[in-house]
Amino acid sequence: MKHLLTLRETSKTDIDYLLDTAGTLREILERPVKKVPTLRGRAMITLFYENSTRTRTSFEMAAKIMSAEAINIAVSQSSVSKGESLKDSLLTLQALKADCIVMRHSSSGTPEFAAQILKHTSIINAGDGRHEHPTQGLLDMLTIRQTKGQLEDLEVAIVGDIAHSRVARSNIWGLTKMGAKVRLVGPRTLLPPDADRLPVQVYDNLAQGLDGVDVVNVLRLQTERMEKGLLPSLREYSRLFGISQQSLKLAQPDVMVLHPGPMNRGVEISADVADGKFGIHSAIEEQVTNGIAVRMAVLYALMGVSSDTEA
Amino acid sequence: MKTLLFGGRIVDPSQHIDRDADLLIEDGKISAILEPGTAIADAEQIDVTGKVVVPGLIDIHVHLREPGFEYKEDIESGTRAAAAGGFTRVCCMPNTNPAIDTAATVRFILERTEQVGVAHVHPIGAATRAMQGDQLTEMAELKSAGAIAISDDAFPLQSAETTRRAMEYCAMLNLPLLTHNEDKALTQKGAMNEGYTATLLGIPGMPRVAEDIAVARNIMLAKLTGCHLHLLHISTAGTVELLRRAKAEGIKVTGEACQHHWALTDEACMKFQTDAKMNPPLRTQEDCEAIKQGLQDGTIDCIVTDHAPHAEYEKEVEFDAAPFGILGLETSFPITYTTLVKTGVLTLSEAIAKMTSEPAKILSLPEGAGTLCPGAIADVAVLDLDTIWTIDRNTVQSKSKNTPFHGTEVQGRAVFTVVAGRVIRL
Amino acid sequence: MSEPPPPTIEGVPVLDADDIRRALTRIAHEIVEKNHGAQNLVLVGVLTRGAPLAERLSRLLFQIESQPVPVGKLDIGLYRDDYGTAQNLPVALAPSDIPVDITGKTIILVDEVLFTGRTVRAALSALLDVGRPASIQLAVLLDRGHRELPIRPDYIGKNLPTSRQEYVQVLLKEIDGEDRVLIYKNKGEAR
Repeated sequence: MKHLLTLRETSKTDIDYLLDTAGTLREILERPVKKVPTLRGRAMITLFYENSTRTRTSFEMAAKIMSAEAINIAVSQSSVSKGESLKDSLLTLQALKADCIVMRHSSSGTPEFAAQILKHTSIINAGDGRHEHPTQGLLDMLTIRQTKGQLEDLEVAIVGDIAHSRVARSNIWGLTKMGAKVRLVGPRTLLPPDADRLPVQVYDNLAQGLDGVDVVNVLRLQTERMEKGLLPSLREYSRLFGISQQSLKLAQPDVMVLHPGPMNRGVEISADVADGKFGIHSAIEEQVTNGIAVRMAVLYALMGVSSDTEA
Repeated sequence: MKTLLFGGRIVDPSQHIDRDADLLIEDGKISAILEPGTAIADAEQIDVTGKVVVPGLIDIHVHLREPGFEYKEDIESGTRAAAAGGFTRVCCMPNTNPAIDTAATVRFILERTEQVGVAHVHPIGAATRAMQGDQLTEMAELKSAGAIAISDDAFPLQSAETTRRAMEYCAMLNLPLLTHNEDKALTQKGAMNEGYTATLLGIPGMPRVAEDIAVARNIMLAKLTGCHLHLLHISTAGTVELLRRAKAEGIKVTGEACQHHWALTDEACMKFQTDAKMNPPLRTQEDCEAIKQGLQDGTIDCIVTDHAPHAEYEKEVEFDAAPFGILGLETSFPITYTTLVKTGVLTLSEAIAKMTSEPAKILSLPEGAGTLCPGAIADVAVLDLDTIWTIDRNTVQSKSKNTPFHGTEVQGRAVFTVVAGRVIRL
Repeated sequence: MSEPPPPTIEGVPVLDADDIRRALTRIAHEIVEKNHGAQNLVLVGVLTRGAPLAERLSRLLFQIESQPVPVGKLDIGLYRDDYGTAQNLPVALAPSDIPVDITGKTIILVDEVLFTGRTVRAALSALLDVGRPASIQLAVLLDRGHRELPIRPDYIGKNLPTSRQEYVQVLLKEIDGEDRVLIYKNKGEAR
């Protein structure tokens, strides 16, 4: 495996490998000394053109636990237009001998672009525009698999702003490859064009969308969507599509709730559900921990040892 | 000074000619179409055996980038690209810097063409000053300086009021208005066709209806004002149908199509290929079929390239940030021949008509453009219909390389052109 | 007792099932002797084939001392020192499973073949990340020489002089369906 750009183009075999490896590596996070020497001498650079403390910290933790060097570069969005081109920035990082660049960018396709340009450096997509966020997809799958034992034949509803969501896209491709059944639930203004051609079922009614599901993955609602006229009000959105104890009654009794964070409590998810009250299985904190394990697995897959010398 | 092109097949739709014949050129004009083998002793003899001799191709929609963006293309490289593609006459769009919004810029382009051009160039004037969409340009002066038409290409007029006034002025001056049809409120930050591929790639989409709505509005305004409306780069099935109905109703409206809008779909954007990013965007197979149908039944009058060069470094960026536009001049005839003539959508003669006499008629180009009539200016293209070759972005005459047809195998190509009697071989 | 190898395989049999059984029995007795019983011992097998050997030794120790000895298995994938390219996926990681706290215990590390010593080096690092044992001893079924690190086994089933190019393959019933050790001229010939 040279890069991790999308789950759409990652094989089921590789997804299995990454989930299994993450499952194994997760044990290290429970040790008193959270450190293994595996990636000693390897350098990971995080190149973030969008703010994200959560994902970047998770990658940084993962790298440090695996003994890789973690170097963070934050680039303000404004410098893109006036400063150095992305191509030149990437070539510079390659010349700095980064083994792997973890990239986040507001433009869809930039990790693919980077992978086409760089010959010697691995690219990990940490979220590109509305396109994909493969490590989020993997950590969601790992979290579901830990609780449900498998992904095959599970009914998973992804609820919210599907159109603008890279999390949704990575979930769709990852989950369907692993045999889960995916539903997209959201208002029509937030469903992507030709959504019915994706390998999913599409609902614009929450009650129907949640009927009998095993897992609900709640997407963050960007409040700017309302300002752009895609929603009448957050209040109405919350009433129509907010995940609450009430709306979850239609789902399976053992339904688990995921959210990629950060949450807007009281908008897309009620505080009770987020906090796991009333016996609801909120997996939000497990997701965060699993995020580190998944990123350790990805770093291992891209930078780890692949030759098998003898004993 | 006489030149004889002998041994070829002459295809000239303007005279309904398609037969083996020799072409005699004298003093920069077509002198005669002769029976094969007629001896003209005092002429320069050019053997075109096995080739097709047609009127020099005409492209009424190109971006030559001069003045202002000479790093992308200039009049010299742009007309060389034209000649390499069999074109002897091109009309250049006004989105230069400064825009072609004054008589001085029109004259500058004509003078530069005199100096360095290897094809005729007709500037198209801007509809509004600096293409800002507000104040009308001095169209009468533009016309008298040599502007052949008025257009809002690249900066589509959003205000119906401004469009109406521009049309009234164009009608008064007997100039066609060439519109880029796009309702920007619907396309916003879109970078490709709205649809499944855009959904896969997470790229903001430009819905087809944004073009259809603008076309419908512009047709209604053309009806109101009596202006000759010419629809630029038709990309949707909706536009083809609107144009068909408007023509049936007798409204003075014509339309053009680009090779990429019938030969490619939005799937060419997969892997975020910025060389497949243009505006209007590549659409769906359904739209491709509708455009071919429109070309076949005459709804769409002519074939153009929308030749839009961009420097390599401008296209080697994030998909969102890449400029719209692709090259066209050097691939237009091969793609047209391969995808329309070889497949039976158009006869060779029909295809040549849409690249010669039809565009000449739409823009009322000077007498003699687009024909091999004796007495006409000697603009000729010699085409090879047999050679199968692979389009290579690295061997083009253009300064830029942005073609989505790189690596495409095609049949047919231009061998050389004759411009006002002067043989142009590249 | 040992069957001749299939004709397509050049492997030369080195040990058969009885040889392996005898070697392990002897090692078990040596462990008891050296540690004055089986108190305070933990057997840790290096995955993959060290693990069933550790299980077998635990059973043998119980037969000798009537004392259950806990068995763990250890994956050393995270502790290897051989850097490869990233073109292929690195070796899959198996979960380590050490069921008891190893701090203060005497660890018998079990592996099938001792060669360069690098696996044992990695296993030592892995063990020390899990706890702080009182001591670590090393038991191997075969020692084929060619050490690259100062590592010396405490218990050896059989010394097997080899050339560097040769490849030693240990087959175990639990994994491979039979107990046998073969030696090949080079690795490409192994099945």
